[in-house]
Amino acid sequence: MESILSPSDLGAITLTQKLASVTTLLLLLIGTPIAWWLARTTSLWRGPVSALVALPLVLPPTVLGFYLLVSLGPNGPLGQLTQALGLGLLPFTFAGLVVGSVLYSMPFVIQPLQNAFSVIGEGPLEAAATLRASPLDRFFTVVLPLARPGFLTAIILGFAHTVGEFGVVLMIGGNIPDETRVISVQIYDHVEALEYTQAHWLSAGMLLFSFLVLLLLYSFNPAKPPR
Amino acid sequence: MNQSNTNAVHARLQVTRPEFSLDVDLQLPGRGISALFGVSGSGKSSCLRAMAGLDQVAKGYLNVNGEIWRDDSRGVNVPTHRRALGYVFQEANLFAHLDVRRNLDYGQRRVPRTDRKVSLEHAIELLGIASLLPRRPETLSGGERQRVAIARALATSPRLLLMDEPLAALDYQRKAEILPYLRRLHDELDIPIIYVSHSAEEVAQLADHLVVLEKGRVVVSGPLTETLARLDLPMHLGEDTGVVLEGRVAERDAEWGLARVALPAGDLWVRDSGEALGLQVRVRILARDISLSLAAHSDSSILNILPAMVEQIVGEAHPAQVLVRLNTGGVPLVARVTRRSVATLRLQPGLKVWAQIKAVALVG
Repeated sequence: MESILSPSDLGAITLTQKLASVTTLLLLLIGTPIAWWLARTTSLWRGPVSALVALPLVLPPTVLGFYLLVSLGPNGPLGQLTQALGLGLLPFTFAGLVVGSVLYSMPFVIQPLQNAFSVIGEGPLEAAATLRASPLDRFFTVVLPLARPGFLTAIILGFAHTVGEFGVVLMIGGNIPDETRVISVQIYDHVEALEYTQAHWLSAGMLLFSFLVLLLLYSFNPAKPPR
Repeated sequence: MNQSNTNAVHARLQVTRPEFSLDVDLQLPGRGISALFGVSGSGKSSCLRAMAGLDQVAKGYLNVNGEIWRDDSRGVNVPTHRRALGYVFQEANLFAHLDVRRNLDYGQRRVPRTDRKVSLEHAIELLGIASLLPRRPETLSGGERQRVAIARALATSPRLLLMDEPLAALDYQRKAEILPYLRRLHDELDIPIIYVSHSAEEVAQLADHLVVLEKGRVVVSGPLTETLARLDLPMHLGEDTGVVLEGRVAERDAEWGLARVALPAGDLWVRDSGEALGLQVRVRILARDISLSLAAHSDSSILNILPAMVEQIVGEAHPAQVLVRLNTGGVPLVARVTRRSVATLRLQPGLKVWAQIKAVALVG
């Protein structure tokens, strides 16, 4: 009897995990300062930046993918930049997929962080300043620990949302085994080839994964009883 | 560091915001409690925040017992975390992710060992919080939280302690629970404490120096007793108008449950609430609790009757009332009487009268 998951299925799963992990890590590094700035600034740029960050929530993934493809392509400004830097062209590579995923999942990381930072408020930070903590010291010893639930939510949502992407991947990554063929694309391939059994296994796996992730999320952030 | 003014706090601060401006020039004593008093919106909290460097100060000079924290003429503006100050907020602002002990540690760990003059144990003992150390902030009562916050500030061995209405968020009982600790701070700490409050009662209990603020400006600033006896203040104090006097417990009368407080001007009998003989205490006498007569009555229920001389009579907001400043053996009293009484008794400066004091409150 055939094994349930083919080697190419397993390859897609491994690749998806790798993509989601790299994307989440990068998003934490990029998203934390952006979220911190958004939570505290009174600048006029706050509105436009918030809108840009939230754009992937409403934009069809194909639109994002299309523009990425164009701008990262050989004649696009970003494509010329990557070539000049000796990185080559990013479309249809794993790196290109990471770039697309980072943009696509950005609001799912930044918004929970921004919320968590806002909730902390000025009080504890001012107290820390009067207790001799420098701004960086305050961030690491007060903000980070107090924003822990926000970071958990951001990590879970960022990871899960990247696992679930399809449109952006198809546009910018194409369908190269072990390079850009992630689970969602693999399912699409199975269905096109009328391999419903394989499609079922992968789809059911995704369904279960998504449910468990959300379950985890809601048990970490139970509704707070009124104080 | 500049060594001028080594025993005083000198603050010249200008804060400009669209809807509010603060412009003060304060000389405060280098130790003891100075109260910043005023209604909400008078700028007392802004003044404190400006001293701490928490808010932008447009123009400023701040010298704390010789240490310069702000001096525009020399481009000095020390950031909050490098000012050796302690700040107690209205809300305790304890760190929710740390237990009480680690909240206390937080500030002290950041102070160089050689600058640590107040030990953690001393701060814990002063505020009576030893039993709370393993607790999390959310399990503490409001009063306990505030005591921890005060101890946390003290543990950094501040050279200036700023307290922003530390009792305002507490109910009457919690206030009564903390006030004795604040009085201990006053007696034991050799640093200036600046205490923001809108409660005349707290000020009467704690302050040595009084600053009254209104709309971001200083109305009056001076030693408490002297300042409270000024007749240009009542418009700001209203029903709280009155004086605070210091004396010693000279006698305790067990039969009647009374204690005799000896003042320079004479004796006052107050309800004995257990103060030890010889103890320095404060009594507060409100203007509305003093009435005047031309002869000493011995047929009255009033215990405390002092001979006094009328010094000044000033009209009040309501045309029926006036305030009379009296001098009783060098100590000022303020009485509120009607204008009609002034006419019938022919009160005028220089006249000898008897001040009948209906109520005396021992405030600490």
